Amino acid sequence: MSLELMKGNEAVAEAAVRAGVVSYFGYPITPQTELLEYMSHRMPELGRAFVQAESELGAINMVYGAACTGYRTMTSSSSPGVSLMLEGVSYIAGTELPMVIVNVMRGGPGLGNIAPAQSDYNQMVHGGGHGDYRCIVLAPCSVQESVDLTVLAFDLADKYRSIVVILTDGSIGQMMEACELPPMQPLKTTFADWAVQGCEGRERRFLTSINLDPAAQEEMNYRLLKRWIDVEANEIRCQEYYMEDAEYVVTGFGSSARIALSAVRTARAEGIKVGLIRPITLNPFPRQVYADLSDKIKGMLVVEMNAGQMLEDVLAANRYRTPTEFFARLGGVVPFPDEVLGEIHRMVETPISTDGHPRDRWLARVLAKG
Amino acid sequence: MVLENCEIETTVFERPDSLTGTTTHYCPGCTHGIANRLIAEVIDEMGMREKTIGVASVGCSVFIYNYLNMDFVQAPHGRAPAMATGIKRVLPDRMVFTYQGDGDLASIGMAEIVHAAARGENISVFFLNNTNYGMTGGQMAPTSMPGQKTTSSQTGRDVETQGFPIRVSEMFSKLDGASYIVRRSLHDPKHIRMAKKAIRMAFETQVHGLGFSMVELLSICPTNWGISPLNSIKWLEEKMIPYYPLGDYKIHPALAEIKL
Amino acid sequence: MPLKGRIVVTEKYCKGCELCVSSCPQEVLALANDRITAKGYHPATMVADGCTGCGICSVICPEAAITVYREKTGVNRIPA
Repeated sequence: MSLELMKGNEAVAEAAVRAGVVSYFGYPITPQTELLEYMSHRMPELGRAFVQAESELGAINMVYGAACTGYRTMTSSSSPGVSLMLEGVSYIAGTELPMVIVNVMRGGPGLGNIAPAQSDYNQMVHGGGHGDYRCIVLAPCSVQESVDLTVLAFDLADKYRSIVVILTDGSIGQMMEACELPPMQPLKTTFADWAVQGCEGRERRFLTSINLDPAAQEEMNYRLLKRWIDVEANEIRCQEYYMEDAEYVVTGFGSSARIALSAVRTARAEGIKVGLIRPITLNPFPRQVYADLSDKIKGMLVVEMNAGQMLEDVLAANRYRTPTEFFARLGGVVPFPDEVLGEIHRMVETPISTDGHPRDRWLARVLAKG
Repeated sequence: MVLENCEIETTVFERPDSLTGTTTHYCPGCTHGIANRLIAEVIDEMGMREKTIGVASVGCSVFIYNYLNMDFVQAPHGRAPAMATGIKRVLPDRMVFTYQGDGDLASIGMAEIVHAAARGENISVFFLNNTNYGMTGGQMAPTSMPGQKTTSSQTGRDVETQGFPIRVSEMFSKLDGASYIVRRSLHDPKHIRMAKKAIRMAFETQVHGLGFSMVELLSICPTNWGISPLNSIKWLEEKMIPYYPLGDYKIHPALAEIKL
Repeated sequence: MPLKGRIVVTEKYCKGCELCVSSCPQEVLALANDRITAKGYHPATMVADGCTGCGICSVICPEAAITVYREKTGVNRIPA
């Protein structure tokens, strides 16, 4: 078991290579460009396909073509680039093709900045492209987890003919940590019965997202929904820390969960019975975990690096039962553990209001501080 | 079924195998039908039907995958060259082509086609230029000529506010990655025969690994031009050919060696 | 004397566009005004003798609706 010190973006790239990805198409954008650069020498080294496209729009459409062949394919980008890719994402979903896309989130909206953020949760989980489609969204919080979830992403994509998003942020993409890489998988030699590779020895096929007849389009949408029900039944992943005797809960994903974990550990050392819930699959969302929060839980703190996107899913899953507070830093600012610890203290020391929306109460506090 | 009486006659022409039996949705007289057929004839003559993957675009030809009997994928508007790149990079030994109209290729898809050509992707592009957006009812396209009336330039294309058309073949002749760039026309049998030879040369460029090939085909659009097919042919000859001269804009030197 | 040819129009494909009619050097084609296809077009048809099987109609036909035959040389000619 050998560990290597790797940068998050490069670890994801190598994990994809080991998972048997045959083509990568991308475009430079900070903070994920290292993934593209790594692929630009690693893929040709292995005789696999690499193209730096003319734009993210070009890249996602190259992925669309490659996905039609049935071989594993992927792209990566960051928030503004992912916005450009959403047309392609909708088409790929509408054609029911497997594909892996990495979104290394940065501050926005607009051009924003290159600092880490989590403000693309809605874009990835609730669909940013048009139409009724759902992507499986995986949110690692470390370089090792990024590696493991990358391998899982390709397997899930093939299993469910779906798009799988690996949702990290600028800090996970840039940080260097020790990780163990998986073994090199052999490339596929057999292909699905929809794969388009030239009709030698069989009837010809075509892949399209067009269904001019609304009844046929409705059938297709039902098929996507039935597939999603399967995904929800089988693929939810969530990690809980210190929850057995918890009276308070902190919850978040990715970097904010990791930062909150430090605060939770400190609070535990202080004697506060606080636990952490960290969804790993943001889609399918671990609704039951929040629905099952016992009435013994006196308060829940949702921590995100966005203005309350996962917050809404948490509140809905919890059926608004547990008194909930919210804490966030926005625009690429990364919270420190002691900021979260301060919020835990406040939650424990003052009764949580059930008036109004947690986000509004948080914002009022922030603006009052001036 | 139509049979020849082989004892006394030969078949001069019959529907190519690579055309499905589906009746097309193209308007009467639309030269898409001719281009579709020429591509089918060439692919049959090359025996490449089972090793070819077509990339359909968005426009009147969106359903070309219903008319050509081979593997096909359907691209978003303008993105066919990028999809073709993805397929060709993964399956380099297949013949991959795109079939695009002037709105798809020269407007929304301009970045994708220029870069596919610049990269010298080994794909073949068939570019049907009829100076308007046909499928959506005849709007101005990047190829609509100055003064041309369209539904979005109803008093005629005004170059002051609506700019000038783009001559795609001329533009591509300057790209080092482009290897076979020609403009032909589909308006009469002589030119249709020349167009077929060009389609064959484009595929040969690809098969010999010589880089990017494109055949621009001047086409008619009777419905949106508002005139009969026969008058559309005249309009193409009198108005389009002077603005978009037919000819060879870039020919890779190695193509001279290829004997068909 | 030119070889004799004949054409067969598969009427389900013909859209009555008249491109073949105007292209035929022998002027033997016209639209049949007495009938329409299932899609409502007057199909092209041979209306006169004189077809030489040159194939020009099949080259210009956008629907590949026309099959063209030409008699083989050296075979007894059917008088025109």
